[in-house]
Formats: sequence, structure tokens, C-alpha cells
Amino acid sequence: MQAQFPLIPEQASNFAPAVDLLMLFIVVVCLFFAVAITAAVIYFFFKYERKHQTEIGVPIHGDMRLETAWIVVPLVLSMAMFAWGAVVYVDFRHSPGDTLDIYLVGKQWMWKVQQPNGLKEINEIHLPVDRDVRLIMASEDVIHDFSVPAFRVKMDVVPGHYNTMWFRPTKAGRYRLYCSQYCGTNHAIMTGWITVMEQGDYAAWLSGAAGAEGNPLVAGEKLFAERACITCHLSDGKGRAPSLNGLYDGKVLLADGRTVTADDAYIRESILQPNAKIVAGYQPLMPSFQGQLTEEQIIALTAYIKSLQNEPPPPTGVGTAPPSGKK
Amino acid sequence: MHTPTSTRAAVGAVYKMPQEHYLNSTYGIRSWLLTTDHKRIALLYLLSVTFFFFVGGMFATIIRIHLMTPRGFLVTPETYNKLFTMHGVAMIFFFLIPSIPAVLGNFALPLMIGAKDLAFPKINLLSWYLYILGGCFVLYSFSTGGLDTGWTFYTPLSSVYSNSAVTPAVLGIFINGFSSILTGLNFVVTVHTMRAPGMTWFRLPLFVWAQYATSIIFILGTPVIAITLLLVGLERMFHLGFFNPALGGDPILFQHLFWFYSHPAVYIMILPAMGVISEIIPTFARKPIFGYSFIAGSSIAIAVIGFFVWAHHMFLTGESVYAALAFSFLSYLVAIPSAVKVFNWTSTLYKGSISWDTPMLYGLGFIGLFLIGGLTGLFLACLGLDIHIHDTYFVVAHFHYIMVGGAVMGYLGGIHFWWPKISGRLYPEYLARVSAIILFTGFNLTFFPQFLLGYLGMPRRYHSYPPEFQVLNVMSTAGASILALGYLLPMIYLVWSLKYGTVAGPNPWPATGLEWKTDSPPPTENFLVTPEVTWEPYDFETRPDLELDHIVAGKLPAPAHGDD
Amino acid sequence: MHRTGELYGQFETLEQQKESAALGMWVFLATEVLFFGGLFMTYTLNRHYYGTAFGVGSNTLDLKLGGVNTVILILSSLTMAMSVWASHIGKRKATTAFLVATLILGTAFLGVKVIEYKQKFDHHLVPGHHFQIDYRAQHPAANDDPKEIEAEKEELSKAFAKDPDLNAHAQLYFSLYFGMTGLHALHMIVGAGMLVWLIRQSIIGRFTPTYNTPVEMIGLYWHFVDIVWIYLFPLLYLIDRHQ
Repeated sequence: MQAQFPLIPEQASNFAPAVDLLMLFIVVVCLFFAVAITAAVIYFFFKYERKHQTEIGVPIHGDMRLETAWIVVPLVLSMAMFAWGAVVYVDFRHSPGDTLDIYLVGKQWMWKVQQPNGLKEINEIHLPVDRDVRLIMASEDVIHDFSVPAFRVKMDVVPGHYNTMWFRPTKAGRYRLYCSQYCGTNHAIMTGWITVMEQGDYAAWLSGAAGAEGNPLVAGEKLFAERACITCHLSDGKGRAPSLNGLYDGKVLLADGRTVTADDAYIRESILQPNAKIVAGYQPLMPSFQGQLTEEQIIALTAYIKSLQNEPPPPTGVGTAPPSGKK
Repeated sequence: MHTPTSTRAAVGAVYKMPQEHYLNSTYGIRSWLLTTDHKRIALLYLLSVTFFFFVGGMFATIIRIHLMTPRGFLVTPETYNKLFTMHGVAMIFFFLIPSIPAVLGNFALPLMIGAKDLAFPKINLLSWYLYILGGCFVLYSFSTGGLDTGWTFYTPLSSVYSNSAVTPAVLGIFINGFSSILTGLNFVVTVHTMRAPGMTWFRLPLFVWAQYATSIIFILGTPVIAITLLLVGLERMFHLGFFNPALGGDPILFQHLFWFYSHPAVYIMILPAMGVISEIIPTFARKPIFGYSFIAGSSIAIAVIGFFVWAHHMFLTGESVYAALAFSFLSYLVAIPSAVKVFNWTSTLYKGSISWDTPMLYGLGFIGLFLIGGLTGLFLACLGLDIHIHDTYFVVAHFHYIMVGGAVMGYLGGIHFWWPKISGRLYPEYLARVSAIILFTGFNLTFFPQFLLGYLGMPRRYHSYPPEFQVLNVMSTAGASILALGYLLPMIYLVWSLKYGTVAGPNPWPATGLEWKTDSPPPTENFLVTPEVTWEPYDFETRPDLELDHIVAGKLPAPAHGDD
Repeated sequence: MHRTGELYGQFETLEQQKESAALGMWVFLATEVLFFGGLFMTYTLNRHYYGTAFGVGSNTLDLKLGGVNTVILILSSLTMAMSVWASHIGKRKATTAFLVATLILGTAFLGVKVIEYKQKFDHHLVPGHHFQIDYRAQHPAANDDPKEIEAEKEELSKAFAKDPDLNAHAQLYFSLYFGMTGLHALHMIVGAGMLVWLIRQSIIGRFTPTYNTPVEMIGLYWHFVDIVWIYLFPLLYLIDRHQ
């Protein structure tokens, strides 16, 4: 890319060559007329420059043949542009049958992506090459627009509507994605990356990946915030749910009087079936995350919660039963 | 280098300013603020639109400087978003839309048809006051919190989420809309009922046809944006739900209502400029326009077809494919009349006697830049291409080519063309030509790189961008500095000419319109005796009063008065 | 431009003046059609989407009062037309009398509207934080007919079953109700103001058989405002009335 001055983005989808060819056609036609008319204007400007101060031009009022010609010819060319563009567009608006469906939610100012197996991404989409992909998109707040110049595709993401678009990545690589409908303060940084991988790599990524970070602890901490666990499980104990500081491996007093140990199984059960064991003094408010988290994500969350066991628990608002072995 | 002959030297005579004319017939601030003279109202508009041009231009300057670096070093994202919004609102509603109609149209239209004034002079003054009132609301919005919704006010961002001063801004635009509506109403009635004897429809100057077509759009389109923005304001104030999906409303309904006006609005901005060009080219080529009825008819065609293409702004909202096909098809149709005009203007130059005076330079600059702007519209009307270039800098470049390269050049060309009539003085010719060339050059340097940026994928309304787009952005900003010079120079020398310019006399070019048969500046009642029209427009042959005689060397056509 | 007698300075002849005034008023009315048109379009779309809520909303409007208002307005158009006729034949007293009658009828219309609006306010049907479509059913006033309240409760429960978001959608109906009738009422108030001016001009003898353009033009405006109401009334008041 050093000395190159690119005029077009990479061609990385099935639509890219089609759109570029269409562009070339329209550029050639328009360039022809632009050059021809500009040349005529400049030529006439110099050739018919006034020589005498009181002279006038030759009075020619019009010519029906010329008028007809320059109505019909542009009309024919316009219809060609229309038809060709329509063909590409109709193809774009009709998703094919067997697509890899990815759900996309736009919100100020990030893209939340969900892969078919439930795996979630933020501002990133991993995709397999040579596979028809369909994006099903909704907005949580204002109108956004999901666009990938390298694929030559974009579509508005409208609150209250579902919009879909499809494409087939044809080249492995990393390509920018942008929000292309002004949506407020951070519209310009609501961008990200699409990573197109070989199909085998994609499958492997889909089943094994723990997210962009390899470390489950970091992934878990991120998930804890993203899934809004942090809004109830405040570390200072003042939330609607008990603080998780010092929880792991401690004893928990339940509403029904039992005491249990907060081990890995307990944490997993609390995430997937929160109403199975209610902590004493708390309401059954926690939603279930059944079907919303992969095993890797539960492992990551558990790792994070485990890392809190040495944090000092707050004076009130903990689930650990007094007296406890771990204080 | 061959020095082209200027028109003015031909006349030879030295003129004196008329004793009494519309500028000095009455004195005092009240005689200006309470005037009903269309010529004075035109000057009131001239001052106010120039003010808003400065306001919008200042915002544009900051934007371009800020965009020199990918991270954007000059302002915060919040401020940047306000800057491009306010730039759009100020330029579109308070400069471009009123500019030619309210300044040049107000001044010249009654003169061109041989009338003493518009049909409703007091309503004309009311129009100006509504414009000022609307402008005050908008300036209030700008200075108390600003506006960050984009000039397009898409909901629910504008009606629910934005924390900026949306309500005063939409109220201001609402009020300003009535200024436009009343001007349009005034022009339509004037053209129908106030033409001098002998001034038939097909003897009307093409500028009048253009203003008439524009006025149709004013009348039928502006009320819709008025009610739409009013609804946005009400929605914000009373938490109503027309456009808010959370309350059952539909943001796409807003877009339909908004663009129903705002697309015809772009024809409001360009048709008058085309009308100016249609006056300038025959005048400075000293021959009739080629295809008069086609140019007149194409203005009407653009106004009418222009009402049926609005949803080409919505190809990617998820609208029905059938709707998209229909709107794309119609958008191509609306391009044809514009093409017809360009071909006819070019043909008018053929075998003309062309002088290189400043208005002609603006006229030719218009043709070149409108050509690029209009042709790039074909790219955007193309459904398959629009998927890629929608909401990118390609669109930004396209509309600036038309609105700045087209409309503003038309406006400046018209200012220079009618300056002798307005002020009684000539502007300094050589400085003006240099200025026109600077403007043309600066403009292209500013906006052509943006086409490339757009196809490469840079979205619009971005306060920061990926580093690979920097080179083109810097080029664009560099061009903008030259463009700014091209705008500043006329402001300076036009003011200078008011005192020091050569006295022009009634018809310095000379031109064939009725407005040139009265003094420069004209008396308040325009004509001392109501003119009676017996000649065809742009007829240089049978007008002995123009004191021209030489036909251009070359084959003469068959005896005049016949069409080919 | 100054006026000499009946002729304003920018015109050459009285005929040109009259022609201009007429064309001007018709063009203005065209703009008004487009102005109201945006609201009518919004109404049409929303009624299509939320028919249930719109039916419920419409049923809270008082058909008697709406009907009376319709008759009042049509009568006022008659008196307005009579005043135009009277000015054409130079009957000054009759012109003034008919103008006054039009003004009285117009004011009566606005009075009835005030009563209707107050009713809506009392029943928490004004869009905003306090909007509650079933407020009256839940909190009937002492003088409300119990059978009516029962019927309303039943209608509401059926409606809620069909459309769980009935409150939000009914609020859309009322936003349009107030928006459209409010805009109409504003036009009536402007019309009333113009009538006051006309009455004064008529009293001082300004209108003659050769110069009565203002009466005619304002008459046109008044008829237009009447026609808008003729559309508003069935659209807002008469949805699902057969039930």
C-alpha cells in the first residue's frame, strides 16, 4: 500500500465485483458526456470569442432533431443504468435460502453480534468464507446503518423494524465495518472489524473461542459487565443482589434455611436456574441466562467470580452465612 | 495572449447616476424596514442571506480544519456533530433556499415582466420578517446548546434522544417555511396577472419561467416540511409518539414526510440558478437561447417530476423493493430535463459572439460543475450502486457540486449580471474574473477528492476516520482555503464598487430583457411608462436600441424570425 | 405602493387587482391543503395500523357536540356566502349583519370545542404523562350513567385483549385528535380575527359593488376551514359508530 493510491476498496464479497463493474459502466458513460460537453464548451468559448465590440451571434433558435436526440439518448442510457442497478439491488434484497444467520443489534454506540450458536461478539463479526451470510438487524434506540465497504453492502438498522441483508464473503481477511447513519455523539467510532476465515477455522473458532481475549478471567470480567450482572451484584453490597466478594468456596445461607457451599456447581446453577436457591434476605429477581451463554462463557464467569474470593466482603449485603470460615 | 474585448468598452459613453432612484427616494431606517418596494426588500434579503452564508461558512471552515487529522484534533465529537448540523441548517434553509428567489427574484422579476412591483408588496415584506424571525429562533438554538441531529432531523434521534436545542430550531425552520410559501405565492400570482401588455408566456425570460417553476415547489412542498417539523417539536415537548417506535410510532414515516419536501427543495435550490444561467448565456453570446421552449418546459418538468422521487433517499431503510424500483426509475427520468438544459446551453454558445465577462465565466463554471454534480446523481439513483455509496462522502461531494458548484455559482453570476442594475455601478471586471477562477479552482480541489473518499467507503458525518483516508481529507481542506478566498473577494470588491465603481448606465452589457430598458438603478416604480412588449426574448437582431450591428462572421441562417 | 381609492399602486386596473387577489387566495388554500395533508396522511397510516385503539378513542368523543359543531359551521358558511352576495349588490347593512352572524357562529363553534377539550382533560385523555385511556372507566364521576360506564369497561377490556399496547396507541389517536382539531381551531381563530376586521371595514362603508374583494377572499378562506372540518368530523368522530 506504499506508493499505491487505491481508488476502490478490496473486493471481498460476491457483490463487490458486480457493484464495481456497474460503477465502471456509469463512470465511462458519464465521463464520455462530461468530457464531450466540457470540450465543446471550451472549444466554443475560444473559437467564438467576440472580435468586434458591436457584433452579435448568429441567431439559431433551435433544432427539433437535436432536441429529440438528446432526450432519447440519455433516456436510453439512463434506463440501462436503472435496469442494471435494479438487477443488483433485487438480488441484494432477496436473501437466498440456506444462509448462516447472524443477529445484529445496533445501539448507541456499539454493535452487538450473535453467532448462530449463541456466541456473542461486540463490534466484531467472525465469518466463514464462501458461505451465504444473512444479517438480521434491529436497533435498540435510534436509526443506525451497518456497512462494509469491502463487501459493497450496507443496510439501515431501524428501531421497531427488523431489516435483513445478505452477502457471501469471497476472500479471507479483515475488513472494516462502519455505522453509516448518523446516530449521535459517537457515530464515528461505532466501527469494527469483520474477520473472514477459512470454513474450518471458523468452525473451530465458533466452538472453542473464548472471545478476543484468551484469558477466561478477563473474558469473564467483561461478560460480568456486559450481561449486566454488575448492575445488581454490586460489590459494596448495596444492590438488589448479594455482593460476590469473598463468595467462592464460602457458605451461603438460603431463604429456606439451608446452608450450601458456593462451589463451581453452585455458581453454574445460580446463573442458569437462579430460582433454585434463593439467598436469605433477597428476592427472586435474577433472570435466567439459560440458552444465552455458552459453556466457555459460564467457565469464564466462574473464573471471574472465583477471583473475587479474596476481595473483602462488605459489612452487609453478602450471601455468605455468618459465621463463615472465610472472612 | 489575446486580450478578449469586454462588452463595456463598446458602449463608450460616460454615464451619470440618475437623480432619483429607489435607493435614495426616501431616507431613514424606517423607510427600509417598512418598505414595500420589491427592490429594497431584495437588498434586505441580500444582507441577511449573506450573514447566514458567513455563519454556515464559518462552521464549514472549522469542520474542514478539524478533518485534517484522522483523530480530529480541533473539537470534541459533540461539537463536531453540532457543527455539521448547523452548517447544513444555516446553509440550506437560510442561505440556499432564499438566495436566488428572494434576492435576485425579488429584485428582477417585476422588472423583467414590466410590472411596478409584485402582486402583494406587503406580503413580500412579511416574508422577509418571517425569515428574520425564523432565523432568530435558529440562532437562539445555535447559541444555547446547539443542534446535533443532522439537518435531516431523523427520528427518534431528534425527537427523543438528542439533548440539543431541537425545539427552537424546528420552530425557526417552521416559521421560515412560511416566508418561502408566501414568496412562492407572490411570484406565481405576479407572473399570472402582472405581465406588461405584449408580454405573453412565451416571451417571458427564462429566469421568470425558472422562478415560476420554483414557486410551484415552494407552494406545494414547504407546507409538508412545516407540519412535519412541527410534529417533531410537539413530540419532543409533549412526549407524543408519531415517530417513536417505543410508543407505537414509525421513524420511517418521518423520513417519508421529511423527504417529500426536502427532495423538491433541492430543485428549489437549483432551478433559479439554472434560470440565471439561461439569462447569462444568451446575453454574453449575443444570440437567442437554443431551444427556448425546451428550457422553459424542462423547468416545469423538473418541478413536477421532482415531487415523485423522494424515496430515493430511503433505498436502504428496508422499504419495499417495488417502491425502490419505482423511485429509482423516476429519479432517472428527472435527470433528463436537466440534461436537455445543459445541451441547449452548450448549443447556444455555437456561433455566438462570446465575451469573457465575469457573469459568463460564472455561467460556464456552472455548466461544468453542474455537469459533474448532476451526472453523479445518476450514480446515486442507481440502486445497485447506492448500496455502496449511500451515506458516504460520495453523496456529500454530489450535493456540494450541485448546491455550491451549481447554485452558488449561479447566484454569484446573477449578482454580477444584475449588479449594474441594482447599484448603478460596474464592479471591477478583471478582479472579478480572477475571483471567479479562484472559486472554480478551489471548489474542485475541495470536493472532487470527496468522490474518491466516498467510494473508498468513508461514511459522512464522521468526526474521526481511519488513517487511510487522511490524504484525501487534507487535499479537500487545502482546496477549501482557496474556495474561501473566492468567496471573500466578491464581498470586498462589490462593496468597493458601490462608491468607486464606474457608473453603469441603463444597459451596459447590453442585454435584451425589459429590466435593462429602465435606469440603473431603477426608479421606485420601475418604469416611468408601462412598457409594451413587441419583441421575442433574447432577440439581438431586431433591437436597434441596443446599438449592435455586426453579425458574427460565418454563414447566415435564412432570414430571421424562423425556427430551424 | 400607495392606494388611490380602491386601486392599490402596484396594479394597473381594478380588474387586475381582483384577479390577483383571487388567484392569491386560491394558491394560499392549496398550500393549506398540503399543510393539513401531512397530518391527514399520518392519521390514515396510524388508523390503519392501530384500528382498535382508534375506535376506542373515537368512541370517547361526544357525537352530539361534534354534530352540533358541524351544523354550526355549515350555517356559518351560509351566512358568509350571504355576506359576499350582499356586498356584491351593495347592501352595506346586510353585509355587516351576515358577517356578524358568521362571527357569532364561529365563536360558538370554538366555545363548543372548549367544552369538548375540557372533557378530555378531565378524563385524562390529553397526551402526556397523565394519559390513561381507561381513566373514566376506572374513576367514573358521580353523574355518569352506570350503564354507560359498564359498556365502556367492556369495550376497553375487549380492546386491551386485542391490543396490549392500547394505551400507547390510543395516545397516538389523541395526539392526532388534538393536533388536527387544534390546528383547525387555530385557523378558525385567525378567521374570526379577519371577520372582526371585515365587520369594521363594512361598517365604515369600505365595500362597494366594484370593490368587495376582501369579503370574497376571506369568504373563500372561511369555506375552506369549513371543508377541513367536514373531513375531520367523520374521520375522528365516526369510527366504528355502528357498534
